[in-house]
Amino acid sequence: MGVDVNVIFQIAGVGIVVAFLHTILDQMGKKEYAQWVTLLGFIYILFMVATIVDDLFKKIKAVFLFQG
Amino acid sequence: MQIDIVQIVGLGLIATFLSLIVKEQKPTFAFLIVVFAGCAIFLYLVDQIYDIIRMIEKIAINANVNMVYVETILKIIGIAYIAEFGAQLTKDAGQGAIASKIELAGKILILVMAVPILTVIIETILGLIPSMS
Repeated sequence: MGVDVNVIFQIAGVGIVVAFLHTILDQMGKKEYAQWVTLLGFIYILFMVATIVDDLFKKIKAVFLFQG
Repeated sequence: MQIDIVQIVGLGLIATFLSLIVKEQKPTFAFLIVVFAGCAIFLYLVDQIYDIIRMIEKIAINANVNMVYVETILKIIGIAYIAEFGAQLTKDAGQGAIASKIELAGKILILVMAVPILTVIIETILGLIPSMS
């Protein structure tokens, strides 16, 4: 196994938790905090996904394009 | 490492299911799940693809084919795969226009890669034609 499949569950979990927090903070009338929570969650997930996309492109380059 | 088709199908199904759940709350997160699943499936397959390419190279060396042509073809396959990957993801995210631009870029880059081969073919054909008068 080249990739950790648990990351998918992690992404989905973070998404659900962030949506939950967003709803609660919205109900409490703290719109700005809700936006920040969403943004931070998004950046965290984006970091994980960007890591694996970088990995994928490096592999494609090594296998098909004969570089690195 | 032997990879089971069941594992890949299971990974795809789980990713689809999770993205459906998350899409109701946060569509961007669902999109990132799909991106991750696509990368993960390809990274599973990459070792097998590597074996296939080694085999093709070995056959090409035995057949005395010029290695430049084989390398060009492999590069074209790589470009086609990357372009297809990006285009499908952007199309899934609802940006058909960007997807078509990515596909256009892939086609043009492939054409540029194929120019030496095309030149050789045209020269060969011209050599076959008897000279006029």
